[in-house]
Amino acid sequence: MRRRQFLAGVAALPAAALAQVDPLDPLVWVVTNGAPVKQGKVTLTLPQLADNGNSVPIRIVVDSPMTEADHVKSIHLYSEKNPVRNMANFYLGPRAGKAEINSRVRLAGSQKVTAVAKMSDGSFWQDTAAIVVTLSACLDES
Amino acid sequence: MAARIQISPRPKKGEVVEVRVLIQHPMETGYRRDDVGHLIKRNVITTLSCRYDGVEVFRADLSSGIAANPYVQFYTVAQTSGDLEFYWVDDEGKQGSERTPIQVT
Repeated sequence: MRRRQFLAGVAALPAAALAQVDPLDPLVWVVTNGAPVKQGKVTLTLPQLADNGNSVPIRIVVDSPMTEADHVKSIHLYSEKNPVRNMANFYLGPRAGKAEINSRVRLAGSQKVTAVAKMSDGSFWQDTAAIVVTLSACLDES
Repeated sequence: MAARIQISPRPKKGEVVEVRVLIQHPMETGYRRDDVGHLIKRNVITTLSCRYDGVEVFRADLSSGIAANPYVQFYTVAQTSGDLEFYWVDDEGKQGSERTPIQVT
């Protein structure tokens, strides 16, 4: 039984350990003020492989009814390796009707990208996606 | 600074409208060098906002992590016929704006 519990724990581990933004990261702290960032509600879509990091399509969808009482206030995008790690912040409101953003980002190398959403009830949700970038967005002369 | 805005034509009242905006801008990162090795000064659009009939419905803080000629797609609920106005500012302080009418049926 113990062994079974252990194995179940190990099986459950990667999902939890893999995709986590560090809530103590100062960039995230500025937004959350130390509040816990939960996994879920947010879906971040990136291609698995990008040949060119200069323009990578990104899609963020947040599961929310977008009503006056319950809506997404903002979405924050973080990169693991870019020199500017907070790539973008998007501010929405109940008038958005649908919490979805599409854009194109620059990525300096293969990395994980995280989206954190702030809801109107003050909770925070996140999702992380990993991407392989063949040609990094140029940081030097190239 | 030219921009292109696309919205679904003739939405019904209460319909969720897809808004796509594409701004012509180099989004210079500030990490690249020119032919003689000098750093090229950073020049990115830092703020982009969208107002619907004078009320702000969308705003974004962008950085050098956004691709050149920034493209953003978002949604808004069609309420009344009016104008969608976009404003943006870059590091050089240059402001741009563009407006598109929304015709609600």
